[in-house]
Amino acid sequence: MDKVIVDCSTGEQTVVPLTAEEIAELEAAAAQAEQDRLAAEAEAATKAAARQALLDKLGITQEEAALLLS
Amino acid sequence: MANTYVLIASNTLSSSAASVTFSSIPNTYTDLVLRTSARSTRSGIDDGFAVVLSSNTNTIYSHTSINGTGTAVQSDYNYNMSNFYAGHIFGINGNTTTSSTFSSGEFYIPMYASSNKKQLSFVGANETNATAVQIGAAALFWNSTSAITSISLSSLFGGDLMSGSSFFLYGIKNS
Repeated sequence: MDKVIVDCSTGEQTVVPLTAEEIAELEAAAAQAEQDRLAAEAEAATKAAARQALLDKLGITQEEAALLLS
Repeated sequence: MANTYVLIASNTLSSSAASVTFSSIPNTYTDLVLRTSARSTRSGIDDGFAVVLSSNTNTIYSHTSINGTGTAVQSDYNYNMSNFYAGHIFGINGNTTTSSTFSSGEFYIPMYASSNKKQLSFVGANETNATAVQIGAAALFWNSTSAITSISLSSLFGGDLMSGSSFFLYGIKNS
């Protein structure tokens, strides 16, 4: 795995292999991001299910609910 | 009102890379704009940028964002992280999008060289020939009074930035 560095003071561009520490940091950050993504999706799904359950209970559609709140 | 818009540096990847860093950013501008067009090797439709400023990986990065596909919307926030989620699932095309398509994005970084804490913004849209693709916007807070001297971008989910991805860093002066 390489990283590209663009030096804005000179315009020079270099390609440098990542160190083991940098690879570990990237992998840890990616794992955290994936965990956060799954949590956000689960939260969104829970909210959507609760919203639909309420609409079903009221016997109205989402469009009708939006009309009531407009 | 900005009256200059100067290209500081740019890069178009000729082969895949884990990250792209703009280093030694001059402190002679008022604001920075970073335009991106990117695709990653992540297996999936969507990806986002992980961003580190000035090589600082302390837990001083916070973000909140909203994104959607046109039929569904989602918001999320994270605070005191070691990098920005600049587009949690938007901002970079994943590698199952239509071949040779790339996302479009823009970071706006006001007062990057000041001694105040920094607020940034990011807007991005992915691209694919399908009925649903993510677009979104994020507000970013960097809890540091240091000047921003470098910007590093990588795939949020650990993919490589693919060949053909391009990055353009502009400086803006207010006078």
